[in-house]
Amino acid sequence: MTTAAPVPAPLMPAPLSSGLRAPRAPRSLVATSALIAALFAGPLLYLAIRTVGFGSGALDVLASSDAAGPLLRTLLLAASVSASCALLGTGLAWLVVRTDLPGRRALRVLLVLPLVIPSFVGALALQAAFATGGLVDRLLDVGAPPRIEGFWAAFGVLTLLSYPYVYLPVVARLVALPPELEESARSLGRTPVQVFRSIVLPQTTGAIAAGSLLTSLYCVSEFGAVSLVRYDTLTLRIQATRLFDRETSITLSLLLAVVALAIVLSERALARRRVPIEAVGAGRRAHQTALGRWRLPAIAAVGAVLMLALVAPVAVLAEWAARGDGARFGGAGAGTDFLGPVLNTVGVSTVTALVATVAVLPLAYLTVRHRSRVGGAVNALVVGGFALPGLVIALALVFWVLGTPVVSALYQSFPLLVFAYVVHFGAQAMRASQVAISGLPRRVEDAARSLGASRWRRLRTIELPLIAPGLAAGAGLVLLATMKELPATLLLAPTGFETLATRIWSASESGLLARAGLTALVLVACSAALTWLVMVRRLRWVDSAERGSSRAASSR
Amino acid sequence: MNRRMHHLALTLVLAAATLVAAASPAAAGAGGTLTVYSGRTPELIQPLLDEFSAESGIEIEARFGDSADLALLIDEEGDQTPADVFISQSPGATGYLDGQDRLRRIDQDVLDVVAPAYRASDGRWVGVSGRVRVLVYNTDLVKPRDLPDSVFELTKPKYEDQVAVAPTNGSFQDFVTAMRELEGEGRTKKWLAGMEANGARAYASNSAIVEAVARGEVPMGLVNHYYAALAKAADPATPVENHVFEDQDVGSVILVTAAAVVDQTDDRKAAEQFVRYLLSKSAQTHLAEDEFEYPLARGVKPLGDLPPLSKVDAPKLDLSSLGGGLLRTRELIAESGLEQA
Repeated sequence: MTTAAPVPAPLMPAPLSSGLRAPRAPRSLVATSALIAALFAGPLLYLAIRTVGFGSGALDVLASSDAAGPLLRTLLLAASVSASCALLGTGLAWLVVRTDLPGRRALRVLLVLPLVIPSFVGALALQAAFATGGLVDRLLDVGAPPRIEGFWAAFGVLTLLSYPYVYLPVVARLVALPPELEESARSLGRTPVQVFRSIVLPQTTGAIAAGSLLTSLYCVSEFGAVSLVRYDTLTLRIQATRLFDRETSITLSLLLAVVALAIVLSERALARRRVPIEAVGAGRRAHQTALGRWRLPAIAAVGAVLMLALVAPVAVLAEWAARGDGARFGGAGAGTDFLGPVLNTVGVSTVTALVATVAVLPLAYLTVRHRSRVGGAVNALVVGGFALPGLVIALALVFWVLGTPVVSALYQSFPLLVFAYVVHFGAQAMRASQVAISGLPRRVEDAARSLGASRWRRLRTIELPLIAPGLAAGAGLVLLATMKELPATLLLAPTGFETLATRIWSASESGLLARAGLTALVLVACSAALTWLVMVRRLRWVDSAERGSSRAASSR
Repeated sequence: MNRRMHHLALTLVLAAATLVAAASPAAAGAGGTLTVYSGRTPELIQPLLDEFSAESGIEIEARFGDSADLALLIDEEGDQTPADVFISQSPGATGYLDGQDRLRRIDQDVLDVVAPAYRASDGRWVGVSGRVRVLVYNTDLVKPRDLPDSVFELTKPKYEDQVAVAPTNGSFQDFVTAMRELEGEGRTKKWLAGMEANGARAYASNSAIVEAVARGEVPMGLVNHYYAALAKAADPATPVENHVFEDQDVGSVILVTAAAVVDQTDDRKAAEQFVRYLLSKSAQTHLAEDEFEYPLARGVKPLGDLPPLSKVDAPKLDLSSLGGGLLRTRELIAESGLEQA
């Protein structure tokens, strides 16, 4: 694309976001943020204390073959999956928001749903499909089908299940992007591809980066799928050595945390170098590219993704459920007693999502809107927690809570469980809030301030309504992650607190495949319903905008 | 915030409050409360817990999880652990807590219910049920006369590309540790290398192996005995059978699910009463029937089609040794390259 012309000056909005003239942060905001971030630091400090306790043994672990190979594999997986998710997520988002793809409204919702499939289910589905006598074998009859193992299997499964981390923020960003930029470029004779590269891509880079960051951290922490396809990453080593070689397990956990911090810090450094010009101006009729002869290939591609990432795993679960568990336990294996686990799961995840969103909001403001030395550290602490294994977070909280008078009364209580989830998954709310706040036109805020509106009033009446879709997306991500969480739930939940995830675990451990499959289907259904309620419903105003009714969020 | 949001928020707060209330531990019954950390799942053990509570009047608060994770939890909780009794599915987890000096010697009366081979030599845990290592095979692909007499025969050319293993699985590792104890490290190393050279195929778990064997992907595999029974309980037509190695072959070593009393228990009497109950005839029969495991209490017979434990002719092994040597076992397995197979 050698002929790319700059967008005509009158159409280019003035810089709206942080970076160029970020004011110094008010002391109260810094203090609040530091306090909250300190609570997030528990697991990291725990690992550091334990590792220091091992002395030179920890160094031996780092020099051993337990560290280098798994570390490289972890990095390779994180880098490759986040790259492929960036491509896939962005492409799909553009297709369903900016083209005349048939059925795009329904697809917009469906394409989010692979996120609700637990990763081990996705891996099992792929393996079952390719197994001897499996779907691929029966349809293609190619002799011995390949075993779904190793890097490519892990890469494929994780790409298919985690691209929504990119897809969601990019859809939200595209929805808020004023169509004039693209339309005028088109009217100046640019091809759709050129428009995509010169307008859409630069305008969505922030969202793509935010999603890719979450994807790579997710890959670093992933255990369920990599263990099934036997790809030997750090998490696998940490798990394999956790009991009889704690030195290795803890030291590798710390190494994993350091990797996560490095990823977070470098993403932030890159983000700071980006010129933060993001145009916001929703409410108009969306720009639409006609797909023309690309219509069929586009439909095929979207269909293939949905087939592999959503239909296949659900089909495998349904097959398990239909198989029946025979007469064991007098047929109790069928398990119709879902009400308790469903209420527990939905209840604790909703509370967690709300708490996480509120807790990270000051941190998001601090890191996006203000210059502050603590900003980078706060960001790294909160976002890095996403990469730690749930078991490590649980044990760290046991250490801190039981070691602290008064607080120890909260041990294995509902509030502590919520706290553990927030520490674990707060990153997802954090990153989504940061994207939302950086899209907030500063001008609006300045105007309100000049009219004498107080900080609270501005937040409540002007900013919250504008960033609400972004916050909801973050809350939704936390919600889904919490619903699937297992290790911390088993160790920290109040006695007798059964969730859908613990039920899936105990049923499959007991060899009750039908019960496990049915419960997993219930989990997927609940997650899908909540996803629609919290995140997707908010995207509907794209459609109403298409129909001509506008909503005021314009910055110009 | 519009009105609908208010309603939603209100509902959520109410739901949360209900959950907190529901989740708070129930008031202790007349006989006190016993906290059990169980590596055995609620599906398999809850009926026993309920029956014990009904008989003794002692309430049980149970926490379920992976045996290794629960052992780490008890360790991390230290002297503040709520756990009174630990039920472990893996000798490694029991051995870990024993090694940390976190288990209490169980009363001799209770220990004596089980033969010395299935309890700790220091009396700190007692076997509740047993699992036998076997070679599971596909009855359509393998004739009984082609089966090996010893697990050591599996490295011969006859079995090239025929055998599945689960190198990262705890039971497989326990079996390899037993091999080291009984046959020496040199022979174990040679066997592992031989398996790798003979094209042994690695799977993630016992159940993955049995599934693969059932669908004919691989003709046979080294697993615990009950997986074949589980598969057939779900579908009687599943073409799998177990082959038990005889003549005290290490291939059919017996691994036990153990119960132990945690050192910090505040009610030792109730804890031992519970362990004693697990070894009672009714509890032992239940364990045998629902997971097709071997009862270990003297005088309780295993289920119909299982060969009696005495006939299994397993090698004599100090099971306490299994906890300690796992690190070396894992090194050997890693060196063999089986994990990459």
